[in-house]
Amino acid sequence: MKVLAALGRWVLEGLSHVGRLSYFVVDAARGLVEVRIWWPRMMIEAWNIGAGSLFIVMLISAFAGAVTALQTGYQFTGSIPYYVVGTLVVSSIILELGPVLTALILAGRIGARYAAELGTMRVTEQIDALESLGRSPASHLVIPRVLAGLIMIPALTVLANLSGVLSGWISVKAVLPVTDADFIYGAQYYWRPWDAYYSIIKAFFFAGSITVIACYMGFNTQQGAEGVGRSTTTAVVTSSVLILVLDTVLTRLLLNQ
Amino acid sequence: MIELHGLHKAFGKQVVLDRVDFEVREGETVALMGPSGTGKSVLLKHIIGLIKPDSGTVIVDGKDVSKLKRNQLSELRSHIGYVFQNGALFDSMNVFENVRLGITDEAKYSDLDYCRQRISECIRLVNLPPDTIEKYPAELSGGMRKRVGIARAIAGAPKYLLYDEPTSGLDPVNADIIDSLVQRLDHELGVTSVMVTHDVRGAFRVADRLALLSDGMIVMQGTPKEFLASTNPKVKEFLERDFDNPTLAA
Repeated sequence: MKVLAALGRWVLEGLSHVGRLSYFVVDAARGLVEVRIWWPRMMIEAWNIGAGSLFIVMLISAFAGAVTALQTGYQFTGSIPYYVVGTLVVSSIILELGPVLTALILAGRIGARYAAELGTMRVTEQIDALESLGRSPASHLVIPRVLAGLIMIPALTVLANLSGVLSGWISVKAVLPVTDADFIYGAQYYWRPWDAYYSIIKAFFFAGSITVIACYMGFNTQQGAEGVGRSTTTAVVTSSVLILVLDTVLTRLLLNQ
Repeated sequence: MIELHGLHKAFGKQVVLDRVDFEVREGETVALMGPSGTGKSVLLKHIIGLIKPDSGTVIVDGKDVSKLKRNQLSELRSHIGYVFQNGALFDSMNVFENVRLGITDEAKYSDLDYCRQRISECIRLVNLPPDTIEKYPAELSGGMRKRVGIARAIAGAPKYLLYDEPTSGLDPVNADIIDSLVQRLDHELGVTSVMVTHDVRGAFRVADRLALLSDGMIVMQGTPKEFLASTNPKVKEFLERDFDNPTLAA
């Protein structure tokens, strides 16, 4: 009985968050008309996301590309033609590893930062101060962060894809008797332009989940420093789980051809 | 004029305000006193619409605050300056940008020359050196942050000023400076003010009228003289905490 009651409370709390999150998004969207307010702040946030995350995103993607290439070589040497390595590296990176790894890294880096920043602003009454001045916290704080994420995270994903593919190409040439022509032939053999769009569409959805959840958690922070810590952790965990769920759902919806 | 009628607010099972009736007339300064945790700041936040009441009404300039639409509430807030307990300055902005946000008229906010002149004037009014405007909140002392908070609140030339514990956490010298500042601003700017405080001496020095909030209810409202003459045990107990002979301190 206690388990059922706890489960019921958990479900109700979850539904309450979904309701409040929807209201938060609609409320924030009203601030879109104040372009003069959010545009300069969005540019600063976009620069922070792009410049601050570029190195780590490309580094991790490069390693993912290299490992994919090496493992493909290890598992399939002698059983299939070498050009298939090119197919597997390009498909794995662009369809899955590039967007998902980039999103998970940025959920930690950007999501945690946004939740902590806004959470601290909430507990130190800075958000209340904005409201008391008759200004919209949405156009000052939420819209610049969300839009910057929606622009920069897909852009970083494209660069991560390039880094992963290049790294895989170099790695496979170093350890297997694969020529450039083999790799390029394999990469092109199963290539469809839709794969690139699919990668960017996924990144766009992941960007939305990272930034919106981080801003929502930050805005709803309570109880001082402990609350800021809790909001930050919850934002990172929730957006990471949502990225994986969205990954599955979008794969089913967009690649079901 | 600010009027609160039958204001009731609870957070979960904890009742913070219980059928509170409270009134502030045009041009007067009212100090709302009470021990910590009795709901003084919650009451103040109701006036500016940062918290909505469970029941009861908050009327400012004849408008029911809890029933205002977003743009109407923004318009009302542009006539109210709110001084937060710890300043609530924006960490990422320097003092100039913090105070500039207090200029609520959009045309004036966009006019950089007007902003420079107005911000310098506000900084001077709160007795801060002119070079403060380039500093960030982290570079300021507690007393300076409070004064910047006051400068931001008066930058938009508000009709009402709401102070949330303006002297809490300050040493007696700085507390006296802030009290004098509040008194001077009220006279020079002719605003209607509500000051939430648990500093009885400061309240007696600054306010035209006092109100004592205890256990979520207004125990008494009246002039400093009426408070001193009160036989209400809660009033007497509260006043005696701060000074043995209230008449001398007043």
